[in-house]
Amino acid sequence: MGQFEPKIVGFLCNWCSYAGADLAGTSRMQYPPNIRPIRVMCSGSVDSAYILRALLAGADGVLVGGCHPGDCHYVSGNYKARRRITILKEIMKALGLEDERVRIRWISASEGKRYADTVSRMTSDMRELGPNPVARLWWT
Amino acid sequence: MDVKGAAMARGVLMRVKNRNLRQSINSLLADLLNKGLLEAVLVPQPVSSKESVVQTLVTEPEKLEGANVLAPVLPVSSAQIVSHITRLGASPKPLGLVMRSCEIRALIELVKLKQASLDNLVTIGIDCLGTYSVRDYADMVSRKEDPTHSLLEGVKEGEEGSYLRPACRVCEHSVPAFGDLTVGFIGLEWEEKFILEAGSQRGEEILAALHLDSSQSFPQREKAISQLTQERTNKRDELFSRTRKEISGWENLSSVFATCINCHNCMTACPLCYCKECFFSSSTFEFEPSKYLQLADRKGILKMPTDTLLFHLGRMNHMAVCCVGCGLCEQACPSNIALLKIFKMVGHQVQGVFKYVPGRSLEEEIPLAVFKEDELEKVGEE
Repeated sequence: MGQFEPKIVGFLCNWCSYAGADLAGTSRMQYPPNIRPIRVMCSGSVDSAYILRALLAGADGVLVGGCHPGDCHYVSGNYKARRRITILKEIMKALGLEDERVRIRWISASEGKRYADTVSRMTSDMRELGPNPVARLWWT
Repeated sequence: MDVKGAAMARGVLMRVKNRNLRQSINSLLADLLNKGLLEAVLVPQPVSSKESVVQTLVTEPEKLEGANVLAPVLPVSSAQIVSHITRLGASPKPLGLVMRSCEIRALIELVKLKQASLDNLVTIGIDCLGTYSVRDYADMVSRKEDPTHSLLEGVKEGEEGSYLRPACRVCEHSVPAFGDLTVGFIGLEWEEKFILEAGSQRGEEILAALHLDSSQSFPQREKAISQLTQERTNKRDELFSRTRKEISGWENLSSVFATCINCHNCMTACPLCYCKECFFSSSTFEFEPSKYLQLADRKGILKMPTDTLLFHLGRMNHMAVCCVGCGLCEQACPSNIALLKIFKMVGHQVQGVFKYVPGRSLEEEIPLAVFKEDELEKVGEE
């Protein structure tokens, strides 16, 4: 068997991170194909339930990409996302649920390299962490 | 609103008539109605079988005779009732609410969530030693015991608590910290006297109208309260550390929730789950038959109903920062899932991040409703 290939779900905001991902692609940067990007209008529109649903469905990691603080297209969506993810991760910590599987990163439309680096780093971290244990449980 | 902390509050000593605290409180409430200080009061009344109580809105003083604000049972949080009453607008006339600490704290959260209005409401907090589950309460009554009496007596003899609901055994808030008025009996000879404290300007006006001088302080009562709070806080911390061990990790946690039948009773009973349209009751979770087969095929086996752990974790993400620890979720669960200890432990930890205490004040903003630009700067940076 080859090495474990983690599945990562990415919720990328339309205005910054998704454009950053696009730039990484059009600039022909190399990064692991482990991420499945989902374009959302704003990182602030990503409810914790979506992230949990991805994890419960067997994703090994979830990346939320938003505009840098202060740059949100909708003024404050990323600040709200920052609180929401903080709460989600704290809950996961309290329940011993490997909160490192959930990440939020600020990636602007001009940061193709930052996007590629973020995905590479997350892929190698998840590879090290191993498969999401919930994926083998059927009674969830 | 001008609110003093409970520990600082001063009050007036009231005499219990005929060694009957329940009736004495009722006649105080009747007095408030008779004098026109209140137009109506919300109080629990035993149903005819006496096996439980229901919340009632009383305008006729005589109808208060049967009320039992001490009955140690909580079928519904009155915060939810107040939200129903004031959802379409503030009460036009002064309405008194007799509430336990957990109910007042939930009401404060609902007001901040814009689900209730405090205008023209007079909160009358009442000391609470805890409540029995609806089932245990009914059992005690059918065995011809008086639950109210046994709880108060048990406390006097120092053996309270072993049959209380798990939420009450670890409750740090026996005394309502927020109330225009507070009816207190902890630390007093409850067959002889009780106290009436004013916690706000409005409360003081009411006491003045009753010609009561609320300037006494009760060091003995404060000592008894802090002792009870300390005991229960210790029990709470023990419960938290036990719970962390028991439920930690996906495997342990998911087996706790595995028997959930997705009835959403916990959500209905929760005073803070206020959404009219819940994501988890939406058609998002209604699948085509082929989708069920596809889901089953992923692992070769699919638990039905699906997405129950997601429901609980999602609900927790939405309300744990506001959780007041009333434990009504657990009381409502037909599958006996020990929800309280998990929600309370998680709530405590999350609230700690924002130094937020649900129900502490109207000014403190709910962490999920606001943000600051200069905070959590490490989040999002590697």
